[in-house]
Order: sequence, then structure tokens, then C-alpha cells
Amino acid sequence: MAREMTLGEALVEGLAEAMEQEPRVVLIGGGLVSSGPAAARFRTVRERHGRRIKSPPIAELGYCGIAAGAAMAGLRPLVDVGTATFSYEAIPQINNEAAVAYSNSGGQTNVPVTYFMRYGIRGGGGVQHSGSPQPWYWNTPGLQVAMPATPADAKGLLRTALLKSQDPTIFFAHERLLGERGPVPDEEYETEFGKAAVAREGGDVTIVASGVQVPRALAAAESLARDGISAEVVDPRTLEPLDTDTLLASVQKTGRLVVTDESHDNCGVAANMAALMADLAFDSLKAPIKRVAIPHVPVPFAVPLEDYVTPTADRIEEAARSLLE
Amino acid sequence: MLPDMSRDHRLDLLRKMLMIRRAEEHVVRFNEEHEGLIRGHFHIYIGQEATGVGVCAALALGDYVFSTHRNHGHVIAKGGDPGKVLAEVIGRETGYCLGRGGTFHVAAPDLNMPHTSAIVGGSTALASGAALAAQVLESNAVTVVFFGDGAMDEGVFYESLNMAKLWDLPLIFLMENNYRRAGRVNDGHSADDLTNIPRALNVETTTVDGGDVGQVYNAVKELVQRTRAGEGPFFVEASTHPWPGNDGAHPELVAGLTDINWAWDPSPVPEKVRSWYAEGDGILAYARELADSEDCDRETVVRLDEEVRREADAAARFALTSPLPPPAAAVRYAYAGRDE
Repeated sequence: MAREMTLGEALVEGLAEAMEQEPRVVLIGGGLVSSGPAAARFRTVRERHGRRIKSPPIAELGYCGIAAGAAMAGLRPLVDVGTATFSYEAIPQINNEAAVAYSNSGGQTNVPVTYFMRYGIRGGGGVQHSGSPQPWYWNTPGLQVAMPATPADAKGLLRTALLKSQDPTIFFAHERLLGERGPVPDEEYETEFGKAAVAREGGDVTIVASGVQVPRALAAAESLARDGISAEVVDPRTLEPLDTDTLLASVQKTGRLVVTDESHDNCGVAANMAALMADLAFDSLKAPIKRVAIPHVPVPFAVPLEDYVTPTADRIEEAARSLLE
Repeated sequence: MLPDMSRDHRLDLLRKMLMIRRAEEHVVRFNEEHEGLIRGHFHIYIGQEATGVGVCAALALGDYVFSTHRNHGHVIAKGGDPGKVLAEVIGRETGYCLGRGGTFHVAAPDLNMPHTSAIVGGSTALASGAALAAQVLESNAVTVVFFGDGAMDEGVFYESLNMAKLWDLPLIFLMENNYRRAGRVNDGHSADDLTNIPRALNVETTTVDGGDVGQVYNAVKELVQRTRAGEGPFFVEASTHPWPGNDGAHPELVAGLTDINWAWDPSPVPEKVRSWYAEGDGILAYARELADSEDCDRETVVRLDEEVRREADAAARFALTSPLPPPAAAVRYAYAGRDE
């Protein structure tokens, strides 16, 4: 059986369960669990395990490093960074400490810390609150990158990060997805890292979409279907590790590929997917690979400007059509 | 000041200090005598041995220590194997980190030194995290983070200090003031007295002579007990006696290998640096103090140095004859999840 809930609620449920089940899980920060129905859901956890919940001062560099050090010494912290761009303050501790300790120690020091952050064009976020740093973190060996698109995957991936993983994880949820509803299984489960989901099957074109681009790609596929074009939508769910096999199988089947992510196009998520598939699937491709991403400009504030740079369902659809002309 | 401990333990402190000195002399000799063996620059702990040894002697095996780019001495002080330290310094497979860390990053997870950051101030946050883990897990472990005066220029130091105090973490901030500030002597901070900074955050501070191993040990021992009792965090400034061999771009053995007999007659030391060995060297001062103490004499001290030199020479041979890691090992150890 399954219940309907929002992605944000699913995350809180996953966190609450993990804190009940594993005494080494601690929470640093708490935007996610401090307001609305989530706060009520979390109240009993807070009452029972208050000493494992820390409300830090506004010091991302410090507390992201503290979480990394705590992970080195036996805890499994979840850091709620809030808006993803706030993590830029903490890059030295995330990318240059948490990510490297396992390698530097020759496999002796594990750093099972999770940094949760809300990414993307939220609507009116302007140049500093619309950031999508998933390519930055994917570009850092040692870090895992999770990008759930559904409530069920959000909970399952978070449980994997908090309860199973031995490596640091950057956990992205798009601002616009937090309130989206979907079914979440009643039973206890984890969603394995490195296993893509085929969100819709199709035979003419593959759309690889991550995070908020998954519902956009599904909308594009629906529209294409009305014109008899059958699009397959593949959601990698984690960028690192990446399920190259599932991506490759789909591209080999359709021979056409659109890659889309709501991050910048230069050295972005879509760029790297395109490069990987160009290398592995060149002989199967019937057309060039198309990227749908944010153009190389800071995300502007005014509505028409923001809309212009957003990689919408329409832009995905247009890119797919161009491959079939 | 003699440390409050038995004669044997006092001698053990001297042994560790001498081991650091002899191992670091080998590091400098690796650079001077073996073309290309050490690539790039490196940092050594000569002249600061009394601080690291005095602090670590006050700790238990389960306590955490975080170090810096100047880490070789801290690892040996925490009980590390000098052979594995020297092997890591020159990137050998037998080193503490299998040659992946190198001189800047010698970490020893089995000694509860899980990661060594070479970024100035970088370890202050990690150490605060280890202290948080000890608090949450109720392990009773104390964490000590070593850093230099330059780290107090960094924002991460201030943020970590603030949270450590807000959360009453079992942590000792151990600032080794070597007056270097990464080479920019007496520049880079507007505070007249660096201990004013922790005091402003209501963190109790202690200042010790970092060249006096007994004073360091006695002060830190008490703070460790208070930290274990939940009174932390604390801040200690150990004013060290900067060794003139560190003044250039690369460390140089400006007086050659230290002769333990200089403790009683420094006249053979080159005149330019003689005053440091006569007055500033914490090892020679402690050797003198110990030789004059009850149940000990000069001969015991000199014999101890001979033993240590033999062990350090063996450690250097071990490092030099150890294999380099196989090239393909480069792509291992990115993720624990893939090495299982």
C-alpha cells in the first residue's frame, strides 16, 4: 500500500525514521522540519532525540565542516543547508575536506555525511537564490550526488544516504518539487544509489532528465505522444554514482537523445551526460545529442527574464522534435 | 618545569621529543641528499617538539587529535610509527596513508587522527565535529586541534570556536604560536593579543611556554580532565620558539644534526644560530633539566639519544627502501562504497 504525500513530507518521514532507527544520525540545521505539517510530524523526534538536533548559527563553512568531522568520528549527520547557494560558503569544507578524507587516508576514514539543499529556479530567487550547483558537486570526486524527482525516491534515497552510505552525499531537492505530491510506500524501503528509473517507456527518442526536469520531460513526452512521437524518459536519480547502463540501453534503443537538467549548460550535468553518451553510444545515434539547460548567465529576477532561461517542458519538446525532423 | 609524572614517563617524553627531532632531521636530509625525493615544499616540527609531546602525553589513546600541514611531529607525539611517517612523507606504499597523503596530509586513523587538512584553519571545524561526535556518542573522548597563529586569520576558526562554545564541546583549541602567519611575520591580525579572540566568545584561555614540555603537559593535563568533566571547550596558546632553520624557503639544518651534548656546552654550534640552541631549544633545555633531576643523570640522557638515533635511522631506511605505490592504485579510494 502507499500513501499520498508531498516530497517535503516524504523527506521528513525518511529523516524521522532514520533518527529513530539509528542513534548515530544527527540533524544540523532544520529548515525542512521547522514549519508546516513537517514540524508536527517531527515533534516527537525532537522531544525524544533533542540532543541529536543542533540549530547552528549562520555559519555554513563551520557547520558543514563540523558535520564532516563528526562523520569521521562515528556520526551520520544530515546537514540542512537550506538554499543550495548557501553551500557555496562551505565549499572548502565540503569539497576539500569531506570529499577527500577517504581517499587521503587510503580507505581508512569514512565520511558518511549528507548535505541537503534546495536548488533551482524557485520563482523570484534572483541571481543568488536560484542556484543549481549539482555540476560543481558532480565535478568533485569523493562526493555522491542524489537528485530525487518523486516523493518515493526522495524518501528512499535519503534513507540510503543516512543509513547505508559510507561516503559523503549532496542531496538536492528542487524548490518547486518540495510541495508536489505522489505515492510513498507504507513499508520500510531504501532506494539504491546508481539505479536509474525509466519514468516513461518509448521508442523514438530518449530524454534523460534529473530532478525537476523529470516532470517537465514527462509533460513533453505526453505532448509528443499526441503527435505520434514516442519518448522514453530516464531519471538517473543519482548523478554519482551514475547508472550508465540504463542510459546506454535506452539510447541504443531509440538512437536519439535529449539531456536536460536545470543547471547551467557550460560544464553542466547535461553536458557531461552528453559527453558520456557520445563516447559510449556514438554508433547508435541517428542525430546529434541535444542539451536543454540554463544558458550561461546568472538567473535574473523579472518574470519574463526568468522564464526565458528556464528549461521548460516546451524547450524539451522542441529539442526532441528537432531530432526527428 | 618538570612534568608531574614518574621518572620513566619523564624519560619517555624526552624519547618522543628526540624521535621527532631525529625523524625531522631525516626529512630535511631526504631533501638535501636525495635529488627529487621530496617534491615541492614541506614543513617540519623542529623546535616545537615540546608542545606536541607535552599535549599528547596528557591524552588517552581514544582521544582525537587534528593536525596541520606541519603534522609529522604531532603524529609521532600521538604514538605514531616514525617509519610509517617518513614513508608517507616520501609517498611510499608503506606510509600511514599508502602514499596518497604525503608530507602535508599524514593522517593516522588508528591513532584517532582521522584526517589531516593542510588548509590553514581547515581542521578547526573537523575537530569540532569529532568533539560533537564524542558528546553525542557519550564516548568521553577529548579532541585536541593543533593550529598555528595564521589559522586565526581564517573565518572557519572563528565559526568553529563559536559553535564549540555554544554547544559546550569537549575540545581544546591548541594554538602553537610560531609567529609565522604562513611567512608573513607579525602581520595579518588586528588583535594585539590573539587570546583576546576566544575570550570575547567566553572561552577560557591559558598561555604556556611552548618550549617547556613540563609546563605544557601540566597545564594541558588539567584542561583535559576539565574537558572530560564537561567544562570545555578551552583555548591554549603555546608560544613556541621558532627554529632558525625554518626561516628560508625550505627547512635547512642550519647547525647540522643536533648534538645532545650541546645541552651542556653549546660552543660548537655555529655562532649565527647558537643562541637558539643555548636558550630556545626545548629539547636541550629539558635534557638539562632531566639530567639534574632525581634518579636521572647526563649519561642516561645521552644513552637515550643514542637509542633514538638508531631507531630513527632504521625508520629512515625503512622509508627509503619501501616500494612506491603501483600506478593503477591512483584511481582507487574515491568512494568507500566502491572499494567493498
